[in-house]
Amino acid sequence: MPQPRKKNEILYFVLRNAKLRIGVAVVFLFVVLALVGPLLTKYQPRDYVAPGVQPPSSEFWFGTTSFGEDVFTQFVYGLRATFIVGLIGGGLGTLIGILIGFIAGYRGGIVDEILNMFTNIVLVVPSLVVLLIIAAYLEVRGLLFESVFIGFFAWPWAARAIRSQTFSLRSRDFVDLARLSGMKPLKIIITEIAPNMMSYLLLVFILQFGGAILTAATLDFIGLGPTNGVSLGLMMNNAVIYGALILRMWWWFIPPGLAITAIVGGLYITNVGLDEIFNPKLREM
Amino acid sequence: MRRYFERKLFIYILTFVLAVTIDWLIPRFMPGNPIQILISRAGLKAESAKLLYSYYMRAFGLDVPVWRQYLNFWIALFHGDFGISIWLFPQPVIQIIMRAVPFDVLLLLPAILLSWLAGNKFGAYAARSKWLDNTISPLGYILTATPYMWLGIMLGWLFGVILHVLPFSGAYSYSMMPSFSWAFVGSLLQHWILPFASLFLVMFGGWAIGMRNMIIYELEADYSHYLEALGAPRKLVRNYAFRNALLPQITGLALQLGVIVGGALVTEIVFSYPGIGYLTLQAIQNHDFFLLQGCFLFVIIGVLLANFAIDIAYVLLDPRTRAGMQGEG
Repeated sequence: MPQPRKKNEILYFVLRNAKLRIGVAVVFLFVVLALVGPLLTKYQPRDYVAPGVQPPSSEFWFGTTSFGEDVFTQFVYGLRATFIVGLIGGGLGTLIGILIGFIAGYRGGIVDEILNMFTNIVLVVPSLVVLLIIAAYLEVRGLLFESVFIGFFAWPWAARAIRSQTFSLRSRDFVDLARLSGMKPLKIIITEIAPNMMSYLLLVFILQFGGAILTAATLDFIGLGPTNGVSLGLMMNNAVIYGALILRMWWWFIPPGLAITAIVGGLYITNVGLDEIFNPKLREM
Repeated sequence: MRRYFERKLFIYILTFVLAVTIDWLIPRFMPGNPIQILISRAGLKAESAKLLYSYYMRAFGLDVPVWRQYLNFWIALFHGDFGISIWLFPQPVIQIIMRAVPFDVLLLLPAILLSWLAGNKFGAYAARSKWLDNTISPLGYILTATPYMWLGIMLGWLFGVILHVLPFSGAYSYSMMPSFSWAFVGSLLQHWILPFASLFLVMFGGWAIGMRNMIIYELEADYSHYLEALGAPRKLVRNYAFRNALLPQITGLALQLGVIVGGALVTEIVFSYPGIGYLTLQAIQNHDFFLLQGCFLFVIIGVLLANFAIDIAYVLLDPRTRAGMQGEG
């Protein structure tokens, strides 16, 4: 049901919402840095560029590591990895959540029971520990592999939330009408139910995106991230292992953690802002 | 209520069986032979490598049919037999883990419970006043977005290195032996503060935000408006909202357990705190697959027990589950 007037209204609230502006600005800043950053540096993340343990200077913006690597180079390449994991892992988690949530919520009955049980089981198992034990046995791990596996274990809460939303939409009049007119279930879900949940699905995706980034950082920090390339979690891992704390090399461990906090925090705040826009009840708070 | 518990218990048992199966499956069906990897890493001569290979085959119990291996795994499990550690040869894995468990309890139980209680209290305050909302909410969002290890690193750097007031490595002074003396307990506490604080703060942020949002949601509910219309004091309405908002927060605690486990793991690594998380790292670095399997199972058991405790708490707080009318979905 298209409503041309509504678009302007949403745009109005988008521009007026401070939380959304701040959140999007922060995330956007880091996206730009991830895209442009590698072009600003002439080194590769693992290159030896200068004697180690140098604080930030005009030549090495973020200083150098104990091994004489350029922290800024590692940082911008790590940012890329972070966004890739968020996009693929979060995207996959959302997709599986949508699939299971829609089927369980729309079908109901025994299908719902089985899917619900499956969801609850995956929900209880601490996904990080499973990821950890899988990663520990693999000799070679790629970024794509990490993202996909994170997605495989991240979907349960999304499925649960989408299921209950679908459940409440299923018994609405317009869905009944579609069913009476002989529409196929898949078409009903796509054309009648999904459009009414678009805003909600977007919120789920944003949270999954942030969650995937945090999970990846945890895995990388343990040393079970991708075996090739750098990531923000791996930078913190190296900093801790090679005594950056005692050597007071703050430039080594502050940027990666700060970036993750800012990106994930920015995503969360964007989420709240969007929630206020989509849900008029929350607007005036 | 019985049905509620039966359902839950069924899920937990199924989860446990699945977890044990994963634990058994992964080392056996991963690409690459872990035993070969183990041996090639040891860098032995051909003869001793062969000897070691047959030893590992027997040790892993890989010389019998697959179904028998699976059965043996379960039997050993119920005897508390998790194998022998390779890293700390020849100590049994169960002994090593049992030494680590008290530190996990000491660190995690207070961190989880106190952050949950404090987060809920402050979240409820934040929903009450504009001023608190403008301070607690942004702080909450920043804290909950912070990776556990980074907050740990920052606290260790700030209090351990720069201010030099707190130790940030180990569970007690390396020059001490565990004993029931005041000096030891004091050292234990000192070493406990920073890992506790970093876990507490990150979790606190999440709970505070959750509670704030839930209260605002509850205050929009019909019963709140009705009470207000009746002229009930604001405090009373808030109290009802708080009690109702607590229930999703309990469910949230159950949902968050997996994330918390991951957070505890890296926090222990940052502070070299000798719990299961730190043990897991040692197991990975030393390619001690038995120890890794044992750690995995203990984490699962811990999470399941915690889930069960949360279910009981839920029943105690929500009369509806007791009456068998409805529970959480």
